[in-house]
Amino acid sequence: MFNISTQALFAQLLVGLINGSFYALLSLGLAVIFGLLNIINFAHGALFMMGAFCAYFLLTYAGIGYWGALALSPIIVGAFGIFLERTMLHRLANLDHLYGLLLTFGLALIIQGVFQNFFGSSGLPYAIPPQLTGAQNLGFMFLPNYRAWVVVFSIVVCFATWFAIEKTQLGALLRAATENPALVRAFGINVPRMITLTYGFGVGLAALAGVLAAPINQVRPLMGENLIIVVFAVVVIGGMGSILGSILTGFALGIVEGMTKYFYPEASNTVVFVIMAIVLMVKPNGLFGRAS
Amino acid sequence: MVEAANILDVKGLEAWYGESHILHGVDFSVRRGEVVTLLGRNGAGKTTTLKSIMGMVGKRKGSVTYEGTETVGLSSDRIARLGIAICPEERGIFASLDVRENLMLPPKIMAGGLDVDAILELFPNLRERMASQGTKLSGGEQQMLAIGRILRTGAKLLMLDEPTEGLAPVIIEQIGLTIKKLKDRGFTILLVEQNFRFASTVADRYYVMEHGQIIDTFANSELEANMEKLHAYLGV
Repeated sequence: MFNISTQALFAQLLVGLINGSFYALLSLGLAVIFGLLNIINFAHGALFMMGAFCAYFLLTYAGIGYWGALALSPIIVGAFGIFLERTMLHRLANLDHLYGLLLTFGLALIIQGVFQNFFGSSGLPYAIPPQLTGAQNLGFMFLPNYRAWVVVFSIVVCFATWFAIEKTQLGALLRAATENPALVRAFGINVPRMITLTYGFGVGLAALAGVLAAPINQVRPLMGENLIIVVFAVVVIGGMGSILGSILTGFALGIVEGMTKYFYPEASNTVVFVIMAIVLMVKPNGLFGRAS
Repeated sequence: MVEAANILDVKGLEAWYGESHILHGVDFSVRRGEVVTLLGRNGAGKTTTLKSIMGMVGKRKGSVTYEGTETVGLSSDRIARLGIAICPEERGIFASLDVRENLMLPPKIMAGGLDVDAILELFPNLRERMASQGTKLSGGEQQMLAIGRILRTGAKLLMLDEPTEGLAPVIIEQIGLTIKKLKDRGFTILLVEQNFRFASTVADRYYVMEHGQIIDTFANSELEANMEKLHAYLGV
């Protein structure tokens, strides 16, 4: 069992970092949405999948490649998110979390069902952009260029989001509105519009992750379904609503999962949930959560 | 053009929190540049009156005109942009923001606000605390921050809800001096107070509230003559 081959170890570490990138991008969006809207966005996995499909459609029907999709897909799917918020989610603003969870869960089933109806369950191929094919020989392992790009780009996007929320005037408004929306509104800020745009932004992050995942996972209607369950565990471990917490926990749990795959593969699918159970017992607000 | 004497006119204002009917036809007005104080016991509807003017309650009826503009029916962000600002009773300092962020949070809505230096001149205690977390400040400092941040915006009517509550006498004195300075700068101030000894040091006029209505009014010069009545109203 402990016959350590460094090559396999680093390969799993890389898989862990890749998964961690997706966990971080998705749980970051969930944290931002939960903070301001008080909604546990169960549609996040379906919107992630829509991001990947959007990239596929852009390529197939408009000839727009990966780089264009990376910019356009979050905007298009984000606009769809804004439509969902304006027509449905905002009506739940003053109700218990449970209503938002049920509504978004239903939306996820509908969205995934529609895509399955038209595209089946098998994957559609989406090629790695030519600039990012190939791999680097690092001596101890081969590092595929595309995977390195996903990890670096995710870290940059996560850091930029953290910076925008924690260090800018706009972010201060967002944090303040998370604490006391009525007072921020009484200072002259159009908080309902801010809530709508925030939901659109969180959905855009999910779509961005979907585009990043398309060349790795193929484009499948259910590609977000398993991922989102793990991401919710990540959010619980990190603490609902903590921005930095969701990023760090996302990457850390991806790595823990990868390492488990190497040392004890049988537990790799459950390790995140075991950690979640322990964290819930010891720190119910999550590792980075504030006591409410 | 001559400006109307009244900056704020409240007529027949009713307000509800959910099912509970709190204000039952409130009538009063505030003249430009005045300090007007709402007095009354706990639960008389003073805080609800301020929140209703700001559009922060569930349902309103009646009329609230600010500078001639009817505000019942407007959302609170629109009302704020007309030039009204509130310093709430619980102060509303944001825990996830530091002092500087709290101070800079309310957007400028029109010209005529104080700049940060002028605000720190009024409240020098805040100067060294700019990088502290908002809620790590003492109660007095939080109150200064809550007042200070609405001075930047250019709002002309400031509504202060019990700014002296729970504070030490020396801080109360400082807040009294600040209110006088703000009045000298041309701000109009609508104050809610339980402490009429404090109010008497700053107010031009008083309205007394009970059961969601105005039941009496008098000028500061008539305070002595009304002392007995006032004791009865406030039950002190």
